[in-house]
Amino acid sequence: MAFVNPKRKEVQVKIVYYGPGRGGKTTNLEYVYQKFNERIKTEMVTIKTHGDRTLFFDFLPFDIGKVNGYDVKIQLYTVPGQVKYNATRRLVLRGVDGIVFVADSMSVRREKNIISLKNLQENLANYKKSIFKIPIVLQYNKSDLDEQGIPLLTFETLEKDLNSKLKTPSFKASAIEGTNVVQTMKKIISLTMASIVKELR
Amino acid sequence: MTYTLGQKQLDNIEDLLQKDLIDIGVRCVFLIDMAGNIIANRDNGKIKHDVYSLAALAAGNFGAVSAMAKIIGEGEFSLLFHKGKKENIHFNKILTEFLLITIFSNEISLGFLRLKVTETVDKIKKTLESIHAP
Repeated sequence: MAFVNPKRKEVQVKIVYYGPGRGGKTTNLEYVYQKFNERIKTEMVTIKTHGDRTLFFDFLPFDIGKVNGYDVKIQLYTVPGQVKYNATRRLVLRGVDGIVFVADSMSVRREKNIISLKNLQENLANYKKSIFKIPIVLQYNKSDLDEQGIPLLTFETLEKDLNSKLKTPSFKASAIEGTNVVQTMKKIISLTMASIVKELR
Repeated sequence: MTYTLGQKQLDNIEDLLQKDLIDIGVRCVFLIDMAGNIIANRDNGKIKHDVYSLAALAAGNFGAVSAMAKIIGEGEFSLLFHKGKKENIHFNKILTEFLLITIFSNEISLGFLRLKVTETVDKIKKTLESIHAP
């Protein structure tokens, strides 16, 4: 539910990073925050528990300049990935315009990715939104762990598990090193903006 | 769903916020939707809060409290109040999708503020109802 303000010539767009716990959603936002420090005027907001896990959400507002004469304010959110926090996850999804699904490439997390994607589909349905219609980008995170000899799922396996029905853009990434973090974000912003422009016509 | 408020409606709402709340001494007031988007905001010109972060947190906070209400068998808590040493925050739900947030100092009594907020909310409701789609 992007909010368009004709008076201030401003559009507010909500993009949510979703995915299993410890998958790197917060790390994505932290990288963006560092990388674009000069352009982001405010502090990143984060609600964490003592163990450094996201309790509620992280929030990062971000100006990307003008589209069709309107100032576009991108608002990046993450959800808490842990299964038990579904109620808060659902709250954060309210009014979402675009989604980045951050999957964990580690072989041991294969099942968790699939469960989380299914959970996303259910939570979107709760707001009468279809996972097949909303702009979504997949990110296969932690590709850097390969060098440390940690068994990772292949790109093909991840595509088969998560993207066989969605058929949406996907990126192999390392949030901690910044590989493809910005590319993922640019992709979801462009998909989301295209969808909003289409809806407004 | 994407919704748009017209220039006239926004002018109307901002006018109300200014006259009914800022002019009586409220420091800062903003109208947001439950997704955390800012629809309108006004302040007394002396403070510079990060309203976008405030809006995101306020929507989250209100959502969390609503979920608590449901657990204890209450439909919802339609207003919330946080008291500080110098600054206070008051939240009031409007229809199902909107929230009016007021930041005020101890110079205004809570009772008076609530009275003014209720009046303002009634007026804003009329404007929002025309665009409201659940």
